[in-house]
Amino acid sequence: MDSLLSYLIIAAMLFSMGIYGVVTRKNAIAILMGIELILNSANINFIAFNRFGGMQNLDGHVFSMFVIVLAAAEAAVALAIVINLFKNVGSVNVDDADLLKG
Amino acid sequence: MMDNSNLTLALLNLFLPLLSFAILIFFGKKFGDKAHLVSLGLIGGMLAIAIRFFSNVFHHGAEPILETSIQWFTTGKFSVDLGFLINNVAAIMLLVVALISFLVHLYSVEYMKGDPRYSRYFAFLGVFTFSMNGIVLADSLVMMYIFWELVGLSSYLLIGFWFEKESAANASKKAFLTNRVGDIGMFIGIMILFFEIGSFQISGLIEGVHNGAFSGDMTLLTIAGVLVFMGAIGKSAQFPLHIWLPDAMEGPTPVSALIHAATMVAAGVYMVVRIFPILTPDALELIAYVGGITALMAAIIAITQNDIKRVLAYSTVSQLGYMIMALGVGAYQAGFFHLTTHAMFKACLFLCSGSVIYAMHHALHELKDHDTDPQDMRNMGGLRDKMPITFWAMFISTLAISGVPFFSGFLSKDAVLAGSLSYYHHHHGWSLFLPIAGFGAAVITAFYMFRLIFMTFFGNPQNKDIHSHVQESPFTMTFPLILLAGLSFAIFFTLPATINPFDSHGWFTHAVPMVDNVAGLNMHEVEEGLHHTHHSAMMISLAVAGIGILMSILFYLFKSVDAKQMANALNKIKLYNLSFNKFYIDEIYNILLYKPFLAFSWLCSKLDWDLYDQKFIDGWGWITIKLSDKSGEADYNWLDQKIVDGFGRLTQYFGRNLKLTQNGVVQNYLLGGIMGLLLLIIVFQQF
Repeated sequence: MDSLLSYLIIAAMLFSMGIYGVVTRKNAIAILMGIELILNSANINFIAFNRFGGMQNLDGHVFSMFVIVLAAAEAAVALAIVINLFKNVGSVNVDDADLLKG
Repeated sequence: MMDNSNLTLALLNLFLPLLSFAILIFFGKKFGDKAHLVSLGLIGGMLAIAIRFFSNVFHHGAEPILETSIQWFTTGKFSVDLGFLINNVAAIMLLVVALISFLVHLYSVEYMKGDPRYSRYFAFLGVFTFSMNGIVLADSLVMMYIFWELVGLSSYLLIGFWFEKESAANASKKAFLTNRVGDIGMFIGIMILFFEIGSFQISGLIEGVHNGAFSGDMTLLTIAGVLVFMGAIGKSAQFPLHIWLPDAMEGPTPVSALIHAATMVAAGVYMVVRIFPILTPDALELIAYVGGITALMAAIIAITQNDIKRVLAYSTVSQLGYMIMALGVGAYQAGFFHLTTHAMFKACLFLCSGSVIYAMHHALHELKDHDTDPQDMRNMGGLRDKMPITFWAMFISTLAISGVPFFSGFLSKDAVLAGSLSYYHHHHGWSLFLPIAGFGAAVITAFYMFRLIFMTFFGNPQNKDIHSHVQESPFTMTFPLILLAGLSFAIFFTLPATINPFDSHGWFTHAVPMVDNVAGLNMHEVEEGLHHTHHSAMMISLAVAGIGILMSILFYLFKSVDAKQMANALNKIKLYNLSFNKFYIDEIYNILLYKPFLAFSWLCSKLDWDLYDQKFIDGWGWITIKLSDKSGEADYNWLDQKIVDGFGRLTQYFGRNLKLTQNGVVQNYLLGGIMGLLLLIIVFQQF
């Protein structure tokens, strides 16, 4: 089972779950969690391609590290937005934040 | 050095009157009723220069006093010079113009007093004098033609000076247009001469003809000569273009004296004198007949006219006919001599008639009578005692024009008649007409001039009221009369050679020597002929003048023959009516020219207005309106309403519907994005 395809399948499943979470959840925190899943699916792809792509250097690893750092920063900013959303609207339900409705 | 001062004087002579014009036309209002001082001063200066030139006549032989020219412009082979040629003929003519112009200016001071356009009148006289001097001084036909047109213009302005009167306005137009007919011929003639010889200079033309420029084709030279002479037919009022001159009497009387008696109408004669050497015998023959017909016909018309100025006008036409006839028969000196003497006595006659009209006008004004015509001789009579100076001046000049010995007219007319008689002796046949016309006109001239004198000054006053109010004119008006009447005596033209009135060998004949005709006329023959016929012509002319005067005395002084009965008797064969209606020439023109012309203009206007304008042009308008109506409709209904507004509506429709997708739910957007991504992936999978 130690092949590129199995890693890619896992990554795709994670990605799909992340998308599903992002699209269906109403709670802003839950959406953030979906995003984390998507980012991590990408990380798995990086690592997998690094390993099976025959690369000499640790390029995939480095990218994954960047993504993790980026995810942390993103979570910090997103949580700040959520707090502000709660202060303005009174809930963390994204359906209530429809000020841009046409 | 001598030439230089002469040139300066000639320039001054030409431009002083123009200066008078310029000052008065621009600043005339400032001078008001003092305007005449400006022009009198300047014209006086001109008169002094003319006298200075004239004094040379006695010293120089046939040599020109001044001959100079400058190039005006050149285009290719076509080069035009301007210059002066003052020979004895020109010097005499200059003095005639300057003297009469000055006297008329002086006379006008009183005559025109109180006219609302007083200063403009003197301005116009100035521009006329300027143009007339130009004709006299010109050394080339082009320069002469330019000034020729300018005198035409000033004549137009002065005839129509009282343009409020419709008759005056019409007369000025008639004069201008009639002259134009002659001028076209003159211009073509000048051009023929130029293209054959290559010069406009009169001296150049004479030299060219002399060297045989036309040797192969004398007919062309004849045609050119006749065409140039057409200018003289117009300007000197010769048959058949004489019709404008009697109408020109609508202008102020001093103007008639200056322009339409003494100077401008003589310009045609002067021009023929200048080009005389290049006129062929054939051309001269035609000229002689034109002159003869004019002299006789105008004299016959003059008998029956009642307007004092019209009698004089026809008399002028008749006398101009004499001059032209004299030139035609080769008696070149006689023609020019008659021009000079005629200028003096005819100017005098006109100024006298002006004096009478002035007096009549004032008398009628005092009586508050505005219906009586002050120019009609039937309203005058017995004015001799009331206006002695005018009477004597007019009487003396009448003696001169009738050809009575001791007066200037006798000498010059005698020479003209001798010329016509000698022409008959050489040519026989039809040329008998010329002496008949000459002597016939002489009888009639004496008759109608004395008729004028008797009707105006003798007999019982026709109207006692008017008669008692008539007064002699003031001195500024009578002074020119006295001077001109004095110059009507023969002695001024015969000094110093002789005081014998029957001998015309005075300074004049010495100053104007016979010239050679380079176009084929034998001048020696002419001269000899003149010499032979001189005495017989004198006898006959004395006799005919006597007959004319005697008849007039019987008819109008003693009334022993009733003029009315005589007129009725002659009218049995329509003779009186023929004369009274001026040979129906105006009517003939009316039928032959004006009516067809008016009919043609009517037709043209019909075509132009009713057909072209109303149908064609307006048709285009109609089509354009319809087209623009349609295109406007299409533009609004289709382009504007459908396409332009359609885009707007389409955008609005999409906007309204697409706005529904913007529901503010972030997850929907995201879903859309993912769907799009999937779609793209699927699409790319296909390739």
